[in-house]
Amino acid sequence: MSEEVKLMKGNEAIARAAIRCGCDGYFGYPITPQSEVMETLMEEEPWKTTGMVVLQAESETSSINMVYGGACTGKKVMTSSSSPGVSLMQEGISYIACAELPCVVVNVMRGGPGLGTIQPSQADYFQTVKGGGHGDYKLIALAPSTVQEMADYTVKAFDLAFKYRTPVMLLADGAIGQMMEKVVLPEQRPRATEEEIRANCPWAIVGKPASRGRNVITSLALKSEEMEATNIKLQAKYREIEKNEVIVEMHNCEDADYIIVAFGLCARICQKTMEMAREKGLKVGVLRPITLWPFPTEEIKALANKCKGMLCVEMNAGQMVEDVRLAVNGKVDVQSFGRLGGIIPAPDEVLNALEKLVADNA
Amino acid sequence: MKEEIIIAGFGGQGVLSMGKILAYSGLLQGQEVSWMPSYGPEQRGGTANVTVILSDERISSPILNQYDTAIVLNQPSLDKFESTVKPGGVLIVDPHGLSRMPERTDIQVYSIDATEEATRTNNQKTLNMIILGGYLKIRPIVKIENVMAGLKKSLPERHHHLLPINEKAINMGMDLIKKIN
Repeated sequence: MSEEVKLMKGNEAIARAAIRCGCDGYFGYPITPQSEVMETLMEEEPWKTTGMVVLQAESETSSINMVYGGACTGKKVMTSSSSPGVSLMQEGISYIACAELPCVVVNVMRGGPGLGTIQPSQADYFQTVKGGGHGDYKLIALAPSTVQEMADYTVKAFDLAFKYRTPVMLLADGAIGQMMEKVVLPEQRPRATEEEIRANCPWAIVGKPASRGRNVITSLALKSEEMEATNIKLQAKYREIEKNEVIVEMHNCEDADYIIVAFGLCARICQKTMEMAREKGLKVGVLRPITLWPFPTEEIKALANKCKGMLCVEMNAGQMVEDVRLAVNGKVDVQSFGRLGGIIPAPDEVLNALEKLVADNA
Repeated sequence: MKEEIIIAGFGGQGVLSMGKILAYSGLLQGQEVSWMPSYGPEQRGGTANVTVILSDERISSPILNQYDTAIVLNQPSLDKFESTVKPGGVLIVDPHGLSRMPERTDIQVYSIDATEEATRTNNQKTLNMIILGGYLKIRPIVKIENVMAGLKKSLPERHHHLLPINEKAINMGMDLIKKIN
């Protein structure tokens, strides 16, 4: 049955994949363009099948703190929202990162700043990979570009969250959330039993047996030495993640004179641009970071030694381009092209920007 | 085979549903499909559009700037999309919603009086199926049995008694469409 190919929206794929991977609880508050995540969960009624809880909280602040609470008990919990809602969650995300708890937060981005627009955007890149909340923490950030990946990376996000006891962000945009494509859903995994949680999450708050001391989950340490030790431990974990978990996709980069760097939906638009450019005889490749943090710095650095220039294409005013420039470190010209406020760049617009890069570096 | 289509009109004309049925039909034929809607407030009046791609190969961008076929049901959509049809491509219009007819001569232009027919038969909601029928006459990219199966999949079960009316509308569209350029 799991082999069946279905047609569904990206938001729906997230919800269905969450049920399938044995998620214990979803807490959320509706906001366009991701409301179908909770709508699908409510329609599927997983509390009758797998026992998964689906709860509409009174606000995003409340949702993220319910996630915090659920994660303390070793449960597989998640929330989803769109940009303004995710801004409201930043305090909770910082607490969860410090308390070293696993959870998945989905951001189906829309155009900002402010209440902005409901159309797709990628303008929360900085918020996602540079902090968002306060303090020295990092979020693993996965950026799907197809509806199939919305399902696959929901599962992957939970796996990484538990592997490293850290919040993971699934960073999508309104277009991938709303579009329909073919999907094969993952196989149904059972939810973890209480015994499995006790065995696999010895840190979880599940009731203290006589054999061990209390488990304390907190993000508060008033003694600076303790807080520094917490930070050092977090940083060591982040270096480990940077070493092990970079995911990157490359198209025609081997012989490319020019590289387009783009994530999510933009990476697909740029593949079309690449096809158009190759027809004109321009050797163009596309590099797509799938993990935005950890960022594929080494891969980009290696390409910078072989190519003549890079173009970073984003649905924002140029955010990821800063990380591309850090990786390239001045070796080649890195230009930025983006559309703002909810407008999706068309393949021919990207081609124009690419031709400018080529002209500037001929 | 690869067909890149834009369908555009007023919210409520069934533009998004028509695209959905095409996408389901492609799925049933084992094709790669993408259905990219406008999802803004225009769904509730104003202009709505959907980009549908059916292809034998993996689809790169679901967002396009040129189309093999444009199906246009109102004047703002004609103004916006007439220039985006690839040379030699197809433009289908329902003249009911237009204050001027298409001007391009390097594309094939078809007209279908779908609104008039839907009103005449007192089945306004079949408007999109009449147009879909007309389109499939010109571009038989999916088999009619797959379209009917796709329709069945995209309609909630409580509406399944309407399937015969829709099939009739598709056939009517095939008869009604005429080439004007």
